[in-house]
Amino acid sequence: MFKNPEELQYTKTHEWVKEEDGIYTVGLTDYAQDSLGDIVFVNLPQVGDTVAAGESFGDVESVKAVSDVFSPVSGVVAEINEEILDNPALVNEDCYGTWLIKVNEVTGTEELLDAKAYEEVCANEA
Amino acid sequence: MKLLFERSVQGRRSDILPEITTGNYRPDEKYLRQRKMHLPEISEVDLGRHYTQLMKQTHGVNDGFYPLGSCTMKYNPRIDEETASLPSFTQIHPLQPLSTVQGCMEVLHKAEKLLCEITGMDAMTFEPAAGAHGEYTGLLLIRKYHQDRNDSERINIIVPDSAHGTNPASAAMAGFKVVNIPSNGKGGVDLDALRNAVGKDTAGLMLTNPNTLGLFDPNILEITKIVHEAGGLCYYDGANLNAVMGRVRPGDMGFDCVHLNLHKTFATPHGGGGPGSGPVGCKDFLRKYLPCHMVEERDEFYYFTDPEKSMGQVRSFYGNFLVVVKALTYILTLGKKGIPEASGKAVLNANYMMHRLKDHYHVAYDQICMHEFVLSLENLKKETGVSAMDIAKGSLDYGIHPPTMYFPLIVHEALMFEPAETESRETIDEAVKIYLDLFEKAYSDPEYLHNAPHHCPIGRPDDVKAAREPVLKYEFND
Repeated sequence: MFKNPEELQYTKTHEWVKEEDGIYTVGLTDYAQDSLGDIVFVNLPQVGDTVAAGESFGDVESVKAVSDVFSPVSGVVAEINEEILDNPALVNEDCYGTWLIKVNEVTGTEELLDAKAYEEVCANEA
Repeated sequence: MKLLFERSVQGRRSDILPEITTGNYRPDEKYLRQRKMHLPEISEVDLGRHYTQLMKQTHGVNDGFYPLGSCTMKYNPRIDEETASLPSFTQIHPLQPLSTVQGCMEVLHKAEKLLCEITGMDAMTFEPAAGAHGEYTGLLLIRKYHQDRNDSERINIIVPDSAHGTNPASAAMAGFKVVNIPSNGKGGVDLDALRNAVGKDTAGLMLTNPNTLGLFDPNILEITKIVHEAGGLCYYDGANLNAVMGRVRPGDMGFDCVHLNLHKTFATPHGGGGPGSGPVGCKDFLRKYLPCHMVEERDEFYYFTDPEKSMGQVRSFYGNFLVVVKALTYILTLGKKGIPEASGKAVLNANYMMHRLKDHYHVAYDQICMHEFVLSLENLKKETGVSAMDIAKGSLDYGIHPPTMYFPLIVHEALMFEPAETESRETIDEAVKIYLDLFEKAYSDPEYLHNAPHHCPIGRPDDVKAAREPVLKYEFND
């Protein structure tokens, strides 16, 4: 079973999100990185782009497939994690320590789940 | 093994060129290269050995079973190669006078007629060089049609989530917006989702039937009706025609245009980078938008003509002509009786193999399949840690080319098998035995499969490293 930190919130599409002073940090969950397998390429938006809750803001490519990553919130991209563009393996190695984008000017969010509810989602998918 | 550049020795050569009889010509200085080009200099025998060595490290249809799903790796009869090697087909130039290549023109004309009969279309272009190019050309037809009617709002192409990745890619390339719709529980198009997706902005629908799960969509007439009533057109991706050729026609299912992969369905060895051929057929009302160089006959003379509102050329000259020669030979040798026999056997072989595997492996959609079927190894992976990739690699040790892995995306740990009609019952029985052995091995010795293959010229390549740190060109020292 995957360990999902209690202090984070989750989407049904396997992203985690953490809110701090109006800035939302977004990453991929353990379930996501495990099902994807070794990630070889990450495609992120640019700082200043708008993202919409529930819509794709980028994609991750593993040896198996390319998958969309969905934004848990609507807002403006404040920062992207440049490090993972060069070293996408970080997402596999430490998915909760490796964020993808930070979003501010947030106007709305997807339905966000706590760790327990999210684990149920994962259990139902398997 | 050594690369050609590493085998190169200055001054060594493998060709004796004829003497120049036309005098020397030196291009304008500004067009000359700044640096000398690196070309390997190699003798004929070294060259031959290099490619033979490469050949020994690969697996082709002539080596053994090749059930690579979605790719139709069937055996291509020798006679098709023989016809395509005839000097009257190979020693020609695309610009020579039409009166001297009437036989070649007849090939294009006959192939068009027969393939239109097989697909239920009225006209066909052979210009597109392969499948995705055909998709793109077909989508340009749809765009031209709407533009011509001043219907500029139609910007959406609907694609089901089980589609080949090329479908949304081609639609985006052709300037459309892609609308994805989910599959229903039986692997077909969800009719309600389709009804919700269509509207004034619908340019068309792209569909493969049977789809990428190897399932024939029983609602196909309803599907094409929904799209037509909304004012859109229906595009048939001919990737899986091998399952239905000679039995049911895209034109009768309600499709307005199709592309075929002649190299898959009609007998050209493929998988090595081409050449392929992706002809696009259409109903009469789209004919006027087709690319240039349609072949017509008048008074027993074949000539080229450009359709009234042609989209222009999509490729130089007339497409990959020799692939069309092979396709025509194939169709004529099989005939009206043989074509449906081939598709029938493709379906029978797939069902037989699925049936024999399904007591052990989990079939993703357990129903009668068409020419291919998909297993999900999710449970096996959970119980043993052995993945679809491990089983696929394991089959290499037994001289079987792996099935398609991790596709379609909607099935987890997918293995997709397409045995094709040219395999005998003995071959399939042998393969089934091997896959059942591999299944047992997953429980008894998972570590062995994690490291498979063990007896191939190359072990397991590091595909992650290959994707993360690709070496795409040879680095010279100077």
